[in-house]
Amino acid sequence: MATFFGEVLSVYSRAVEEDEDDDMTRENEEDEQIRREIEEKRQVDVHWLLQPDSGSLSCSDLIIAAGPNATGFVSAYVLSSGGWRPVARVSLWNERSRTDGEPSCVLYQQKQVLICQCSCYVAEDQLFQWTEKVFGCVQARGLSVTVLSDCSVAEYKTSDYLSGSSTPFLRCLKTSTHSSATSAVACPLLEPPNISCGLAAAVLTHCEVQRIPAVLYQLYSDVPHADSLSMQAYREPVSAVLKLDHQSPGAEVLQKITGVCAIQSNLYT
Amino acid sequence: MFISAGDVVPSFKGFTLIMPAVSVGNVGQLAVDLLISTLNMPRVGYFHTDCLIPMVGNNPYATSTEDAAQLSTSAEVYSHSDLKLAVLQIRTPIIQTKVRSFRKLIVSWIKSSLFLRSVLLSSSHAYQRDDQQLHGTPLRFLLSPSLQKEEGQRVEELGWREMERISAFPEISDSEQRLYIPGGGVTKALYTDCCTEDIPMAVVLIFCSEGDNIPDAFALINHLNDWLHLLEKPTQGSVQWRVPSSWKLLFGSGIPPLLF
Repeated sequence: MATFFGEVLSVYSRAVEEDEDDDMTRENEEDEQIRREIEEKRQVDVHWLLQPDSGSLSCSDLIIAAGPNATGFVSAYVLSSGGWRPVARVSLWNERSRTDGEPSCVLYQQKQVLICQCSCYVAEDQLFQWTEKVFGCVQARGLSVTVLSDCSVAEYKTSDYLSGSSTPFLRCLKTSTHSSATSAVACPLLEPPNISCGLAAAVLTHCEVQRIPAVLYQLYSDVPHADSLSMQAYREPVSAVLKLDHQSPGAEVLQKITGVCAIQSNLYT
Repeated sequence: MFISAGDVVPSFKGFTLIMPAVSVGNVGQLAVDLLISTLNMPRVGYFHTDCLIPMVGNNPYATSTEDAAQLSTSAEVYSHSDLKLAVLQIRTPIIQTKVRSFRKLIVSWIKSSLFLRSVLLSSSHAYQRDDQQLHGTPLRFLLSPSLQKEEGQRVEELGWREMERISAFPEISDSEQRLYIPGGGVTKALYTDCCTEDIPMAVVLIFCSEGDNIPDAFALINHLNDWLHLLEKPTQGSVQWRVPSSWKLLFGSGIPPLLF
């Protein structure tokens, strides 16, 4: 597209990419092989650490945590109290994967509760597979799902201006089979036109279609990384599923989790 | 694939299917929103697939607090049995590497559901029009050969304009004429698939640019209504389409009072 000043801009459409599909029809064997290899590389795999006899775990509650505050909350408020054993890990690769070898998606179990702590980025094309694989580990009968997910408050649309004092706050979304009567948590529903995307959306879609009662607690925060105030917001919804310690985690535990984002160095130190 | 929302799998035999292409300005999707909202169509199922980016939200067509809590996913099917109408709404883009799979999925679903005919609502970049296309109406149509026999005359009576074929090489006068729908997403490919598979399909599209595409959506749905008569056109004025409650804040939140 030519502009008033003569420079040529490539036009971006919010709906479509400009690539004509013609290229796909001219694919040869080599292209197909490359495509297959990329697909294999982007596979999502489950590695059992403690394989159950029946092939899948029986539990009454599955909690999925995605995002720095959600995973930070699980580490500081839940796993730190002990009694949780890791039963499986989910591995995947994409362009944003960490190279330090640390497992980034682990399933922990304590009695009838399973927690999936996912601190890696799951790409758009891997979300469906990730969800199918994780739910493939669990028996659907009698299952209830809680999803904890972070979001930036910049994505929240409201007709009234939101001042800084209102963050962090929670909004929830429930599947049709989720009974509001049993929910002890007073959390407002996410108002349209706001939506949820990513891992939380993939999980909730799966639960809605498979008629599994599920609730998503979406945390809106104005801090781009994990912070103790935001993590605390998850306390009430998770207390409805798990018994949490009355005491807040110690300062060292919190600092270890939030301090990961400390500036490595700057000009002045 | 289609998964029923209720215990009974609905039958779409003999129904008309209307679906959008994810295209420039999202016009097809907006037009479908107007249709579902105005006709108060209940959701009958989900189109559950790995080809679309996942998304969830609360009921976009809510009219009161009672129905506000119904969860909505990225692709759902709505039905109106009196009008023998089924509508597939697609709310998110197709994953780049899964476009071909998605097309196959749609074609196979259309065939297995035994739809009488399918309509694809779409749009194309207005800035790509050639000199001829700049004149007159921005609305165009295409009919697959199997639908041409039944509806060809009707669309001619309505004075509709068929989407022009473009020269593959504009400088060369006798070069091959081909279909070109820039910004149309899967429109051209899906239409071609339907022609090959002998599926009765109509494409109704509008030339537009990105921006506030609500007027384009109204133009497209009114144009479609002239053909399908889904809603009665009053003697004076135009059809009163109901704007869904989710269409607010399309361009962002309220403005901070201290900004000015």
